[in-house]
Amino acid sequence: MIKARVTVTLKNGVLDPQGKAIEGALDALGFSGVGSVRQGKVFDLELEGSDKAKAESDLNAMCEKLLANTVIEDYTVSVT
Amino acid sequence: MKSAIIQLPGLNRDRDMIAALTRISGKAPITVWQTETELPDVDLVVIPGGFSYGDYLRCGAIAARMPVMQAVAEKARKGVLVMGVCNGFQVLLEMGLLPGALMRNASLKFVCREVKLEVTNANTAFTRSYAQGQIIRCPVAHHDGNYFADDEILKRIEGEGQVAFRYAEGTNPNGSVNDIAGIVSDSGNVLGMMPHPENLIEAAHGGDDGRALFAGLLGKAA
Repeated sequence: MIKARVTVTLKNGVLDPQGKAIEGALDALGFSGVGSVRQGKVFDLELEGSDKAKAESDLNAMCEKLLANTVIEDYTVSVT
Repeated sequence: MKSAIIQLPGLNRDRDMIAALTRISGKAPITVWQTETELPDVDLVVIPGGFSYGDYLRCGAIAARMPVMQAVAEKARKGVLVMGVCNGFQVLLEMGLLPGALMRNASLKFVCREVKLEVTNANTAFTRSYAQGQIIRCPVAHHDGNYFADDEILKRIEGEGQVAFRYAEGTNPNGSVNDIAGIVSDSGNVLGMMPHPENLIEAAHGGDDGRALFAGLLGKAA
């Protein structure tokens, strides 16, 4: 069994209204000095087999086809 | 003209769209369920609004990958008219049939109100019953209608006349770049728009500014 984590974040330059709102809320809670907040998604996956190279290439394909919208999002894959 | 309408779990504007198509064309559209792999022989395919698959992952993302959407893409490639409204627009973008993406509204709020639209390009199959630059009323109801495209795509769609509708007179409800409310494909036969023209087609709706869109498509006089 291979465990993997996929992180999907908005591309640089894409406006993130939710991140901005979180930034405002942190400030309201008294956490001053937060320069900026960008929010994203995390997917934890369990994959059958033990071939990490194959898992990584499968995960990249999953990101391209479904997990990320590459028009606005970047993704990173980490296999443990 | 024969039309078909796609039905998916979570879509809720399908009945409004069926009513609009039926009243204006005199013929009810054929309804097509998510599991179908082929579409009937029609001139127009409509993906209505709503919250397909609960808007999980991203709005329209799951719907775009259902079997029926491959059949829709096939129709689009063959030049059949395809129209997506609201969630239907999000689906068409997720399918890659239209360029760009729709993001959370800049205000972070769900907006349900009337806006003004400028007919930016009246020379499309969908807008030909309007005058170039005409301002029409249209309702919107969405949480994720904030159109985004990178500079390269924007330059292309603006240059090629692919922007069909723009929010006018300061009514942009969602922060869309260049006030974009609706776009057509480079081939011109696919339209995606956030506003709901099907909800303004008769006096009982408080106006009929949306009627001409369907009338033009369906070959009927507005």
